Amino acid sequence: MRKMNDDMIRNKVGVMLLCLLLFSAEAMAQSASSIKINEVLVINEDNYLDDYGKRNAWIELYNSSAGSVDIHGCYLTNDKNDLKKYPIPKGDILTRIKPGQHILFWADGQPSRGTFHLNFTLDPSRENYIALFDADGKTLIDEVVIPAGQRADISYGRLVDGGEAWGVLGRVTPSTNNLTLDSNDRIDHLKNNDPVGIGMTLTAMLVVFSALLLLFIVFKNIGKAAIEVSKRNAKKAAGTPDISTAAGTGEVSGEIIAAISAALHEVAEDAHDIESTVLTITKVARNYSPWSSKIYTLREAPKK
Amino acid sequence: MLGSFLSFLGDNLQLFYTYTGLYNATWGHLAMIVIGLIFIYLAIRYEFEPMLLIPIGFGMLIGNIPFKDAGLNIGIYEEGSVLNILYQGVSQGWYPPLIFLGIGAMTDFSALISNPKLMLIGAAAQFGIFGAYIIALQMGFEPNQAGAIGIIGGADGPTAIFLSSKLAPNLMGAIAVSAYSYMALVPIIQPPFMRLLTTNKERVIRMKPPRAVSSTEKIIFPIVGMLLTCFLVPSGLPLLGMLFFGNLLKESGVTRRLAETARGPLVDTITILLGVTVGASTQATQFLTWDSIKIFGLGALSFVIATCAGILFVKFFNLFLKEDNKINPLIGNSGVSAVPDSARISQHVGLEYDPSNYLLMHAMAPNVSGVIGSAVAAGILLGFLT
Repeated sequence: MRKMNDDMIRNKVGVMLLCLLLFSAEAMAQSASSIKINEVLVINEDNYLDDYGKRNAWIELYNSSAGSVDIHGCYLTNDKNDLKKYPIPKGDILTRIKPGQHILFWADGQPSRGTFHLNFTLDPSRENYIALFDADGKTLIDEVVIPAGQRADISYGRLVDGGEAWGVLGRVTPSTNNLTLDSNDRIDHLKNNDPVGIGMTLTAMLVVFSALLLLFIVFKNIGKAAIEVSKRNAKKAAGTPDISTAAGTGEVSGEIIAAISAALHEVAEDAHDIESTVLTITKVARNYSPWSSKIYTLREAPKK
Repeated sequence: MLGSFLSFLGDNLQLFYTYTGLYNATWGHLAMIVIGLIFIYLAIRYEFEPMLLIPIGFGMLIGNIPFKDAGLNIGIYEEGSVLNILYQGVSQGWYPPLIFLGIGAMTDFSALISNPKLMLIGAAAQFGIFGAYIIALQMGFEPNQAGAIGIIGGADGPTAIFLSSKLAPNLMGAIAVSAYSYMALVPIIQPPFMRLLTTNKERVIRMKPPRAVSSTEKIIFPIVGMLLTCFLVPSGLPLLGMLFFGNLLKESGVTRRLAETARGPLVDTITILLGVTVGASTQATQFLTWDSIKIFGLGALSFVIATCAGILFVKFFNLFLKEDNKINPLIGNSGVSAVPDSARISQHVGLEYDPSNYLLMHAMAPNVSGVIGSAVAAGILLGFLT
């Protein structure tokens, strides 16, 4: 019966671990969701050349996460009715985008030219829908509609890499940041608003004290609870009721009365025996002792 | 024939001589070698943090052997060299969390759990970090550099390395050496300020003995501690997460082997690698700068501020405590997280004034809370200054 219970527990634990594993696999698969369509150049007249020395429209993707993401198996499309229009090939290590980095696809309608050449083009005469779908071909990762009337060699993109706002960019930035940062905003902010460092000190000390105060409050209460529990357990182990409680109700058990009586009797009659405090050590005549025997210092031969 | 051969031999020897350390030595190299030798001497003669000063001191010798920059891939700053590969653990900041794992697996938080109000002393001592931050700003350092320098006041080597590798990698060598040097010199730095700021009456305060802490409480501590502190300061996760994880390995009672590995072979291995590479990173050409001297001065100051803040906080705290529940201010210095040296100093100074007043166990509480506090402070600085 007990063995059956153990087996059942093991099975349950196994199922739980499997669920967790599936959940984590799902979480990993979602990492492509951090890829953003970042910048698009529809009319490329005098701009960036592809690896064949040709000028074509291009679409830039950006990895907004802190980890590398491989987009192989995902789909790029410009057609809402054909979500799997361009499957990004598997087996090309260049489809792995490092954190905060970019990748460029050429919308030249010539997929035979390589992984980064799409099987569709962008039409400058009307608005262009561009979308990136996950490997299942259904889950939308990102989409954008590029307005019609784009000017030559002027790109349309996110004002800040991975940001929400889109617009016409001041300069074309294929495979680089849309907004070039030449300073650290946070540090500049600190330098301007807290040149002495008092603000930072007060904020930080407040947080440090809060963290340790929180721990103090929690462990103060856990400590109280632990003391209560240990008192209760000690009483249970002793098997005696609380004297104060018993006295309060006027009920004192026979065992307590007997123990108190015995103690009083012992004190009154001085019944406790007096023991000698002299300790004598006599030499043992026998020289051999099993404690000094050599055989006890050897390891036993393993049993077969 | 013989003449041309001798001339060839002479040229060869001359060329070889240009490769030797003797030819390439500068006064800077020699000065750093002398500093390395002093570290080794202090470690062996006075046993000042020998586990750290010997690897760092010898690392300084390794890092300051002069050589010709001939693409031999031997220097610590040459990409792909053996030393450079070992140094990645420092520059990328993954040695410190592993050290914290070991510290967690060897730390007994019982004293802290039994008297949780002592945690607040660990928080107060973090004033050392921010005091140094303010002074560094006034000395012209950038906020991120000032934050990295200030963390020396946390008296926690791994935290200092971790933070400086993120905020100011170019100052990391000086910051790490300064942090470890002052940790070793805690027995010299702290006692005068402990005596200065306390009265005779305060020094003999006897504190209640800590209560016995159940194993359940010890198991709950790392779990709740990690959740509370990391929810508040997620940027402290690498250090706090590993610290509390190591402690859970120790306290769970069912992962003894893992705990023993974490607090034994693992932490020893990382300590060796960390010490020797931090030492080697002090190449004279990179290290001997005016900034390094300023950092050493600021480091000493931050230790003093941290010590004083801890002691003064206890005195202030005592104003609100009952007579039988007062805290001996001599444990205030232990809020800096030089574990267990600063706690030992509380004990030594306490015994000078009352030979039967043992403060060690009480001092261990702010000492370990100082580790938590400095990791939280590092997380805050990282959050604000990255």
